[in-house]
Amino acid sequence: MRILVVEDDPVLADGLKSGLRLSGATVDCVDCCTDARTALKAGRFDAVVLDLMLPDGSGLDVLAHLRSQGDATPVLLLTALDDTTDRVRGLDSGADDYLGKPFDLDELAARLRAITRRGAGRAEAVLKAGALTLDPASFTATVGDAPVPLSRREFAVLAALMERPGVIRSKAEIEERLYGWQEEVESNAVEVHIHNLRNKVGREAIETVRGLGYRMRVAE
Amino acid sequence: MTSLRRRLFLLLLGATGALWLCAVAWISLGSRAELEHVLDNRLREAATMVHSLVSNGNLADAPSLNLEASGGYARQLSCQIWSMDGRLVGRSSGAPSSDLAADTEGFADRTVNGETWRVYTIVDATKGVRVTVGDRIGLRDRLVRDLVAGLLAPAVLILPLLGLLIWVGVGRGLRPLAAVAGDIAGRDAEDMRPVPTDGAPAEVRPLLTALNGLFSKVEAARTREREVTAFAAHELRTPLAGLKTQAQVALAADDAPTREGALRQILVSVDRATRLVRQLLALSRLEASPAPRLDSEVDAGRVLREVIESSHRPPQVNVDLHLLPDGLKLKGDQETLHLVLRNLHENAVEHMAAGGRITWAPVTNAQGMATGLMVEDEGPGVAEAELPLITRRFYRGRHKSASGTGLGLTIAEMAAGRLGARLTFANRADRPGLRAALVWS
Repeated sequence: MRILVVEDDPVLADGLKSGLRLSGATVDCVDCCTDARTALKAGRFDAVVLDLMLPDGSGLDVLAHLRSQGDATPVLLLTALDDTTDRVRGLDSGADDYLGKPFDLDELAARLRAITRRGAGRAEAVLKAGALTLDPASFTATVGDAPVPLSRREFAVLAALMERPGVIRSKAEIEERLYGWQEEVESNAVEVHIHNLRNKVGREAIETVRGLGYRMRVAE
Repeated sequence: MTSLRRRLFLLLLGATGALWLCAVAWISLGSRAELEHVLDNRLREAATMVHSLVSNGNLADAPSLNLEASGGYARQLSCQIWSMDGRLVGRSSGAPSSDLAADTEGFADRTVNGETWRVYTIVDATKGVRVTVGDRIGLRDRLVRDLVAGLLAPAVLILPLLGLLIWVGVGRGLRPLAAVAGDIAGRDAEDMRPVPTDGAPAEVRPLLTALNGLFSKVEAARTREREVTAFAAHELRTPLAGLKTQAQVALAADDAPTREGALRQILVSVDRATRLVRQLLALSRLEASPAPRLDSEVDAGRVLREVIESSHRPPQVNVDLHLLPDGLKLKGDQETLHLVLRNLHENAVEHMAAGGRITWAPVTNAQGMATGLMVEDEGPGVAEAELPLITRRFYRGRHKSASGTGLGLTIAEMAAGRLGARLTFANRADRPGLRAALVWS
């Protein structure tokens, strides 16, 4: 899961980055409205964590701009106010959820999973493909009843493929999910992860479409 | 409570009543004069008539002259005929037996037997008689009193009716005012929309205009208050959120570098929260403390050196004090000046993460006298549009620093006010940076 955090407090932004990474997400941080707009235009994110009060304006403006562009990326607002009118305004401006500061990191992660799931049009919390089950909340994968140990990156690659079984994901797309802006992308990382995943969940589960990318094989 | 209606009612009724009383007084005076004139003429006529009837000092054939009148004013006139040797020759039936007249001819006022009389006397030496006709002044007074009573009687009847008309009329006249009052009273506390002034009477309109002005001022103040609350909530809760998140990261992290990083961030956050608490306390102390005496002077250079020594300064920031003259005295007390200078200095340091020079210099007037202090930093400066806002509580501009609380310049400005000085901010003309000047006028 690739997440954009728009938060101007450096400590909180750093905490969100580390914390969400622990729950398996790839996180990019920006600290003002202008950078947030640029980031949202440039990259594809699975969800946005948006602070309302930013040094160069309101998070609501970013949200309104995003929705006016027809971008339906799920957005979770962080608000410091208990005022319900503020929350109502946020939700009415197109936010998918909100959390009041200070919040619980696990709750934030869970809510992000929920809004991305809803955003992708899935009702079930777990991802399924054939005998393979992926639970983003507990960060576990099982084949049948047997648990499969996965690294953070392997989990992310598998989740990207399983979100839409049968749809081809390009290598670049998978890389985007794996790495934040500051991170160095290793050239054959995706191939290595796919190779390891095939060893763990079964060679036939992941199909290589030459020249295009990879996809989950859909059960006949 | 003063009621406009009651006030107007009493005023109108009082004025009407007073006018009426004046009219009565005028009429009574006027008719008394006229009455005197008419009655005096009657006296003279009667005296002349009686005199013409008398012949040669004898009135034997008319021993009892009866000049009675009828009705309420019976026996108005009394007549006496005296011979020249002082004998009462004849008198009308109601006349007193003692002499009514003085020896002089013409009109006179006389008191006989405790009654005041108006008399007219004709002295005829050839006929040898003195004829005196008189009437009682009391009777004349009664005449005037009756006349005035006749005038006042309808007034007494009409006055309550008039009062009722005035009361109702004033009530109707004040109805637009009542309508406006009802309109305003019926609003809820949140409603700060202006009251419509068109259609309101001209007398009420200035009141409404003033009221609308007040409404807009209250609304503006409330918006500012709301903003401050929002900023405060953000500034207080964001560090808490940061602390909690970092603590959770430290607990959940299974590798040492992540855990260590989180713990370090917690330290940063606690430092900032500490500073925030200190600033909040300084602010509330400043608000609660009584205004200091302004007649004392302090050595500004010494206070400034203390401030610079006691505050944290990264090695890449230099402080330049060489423009400061020795023994620069400024008005105020040491504690408050320390507070202003510390916050200005910390603000300058905070915005110079990239390093540079902070310059303190005196502000001089046209005569070359030092009237204050100014500080120039080499930070990014402040956008012109943000300049008026930077002393607002919790306002942190675009170039906000990591450790800023948004309260430093608020405190500095408030403390400067306590010193009787003014704090102004401007961007430097020669290079990016902010200049803050503390000036006594």
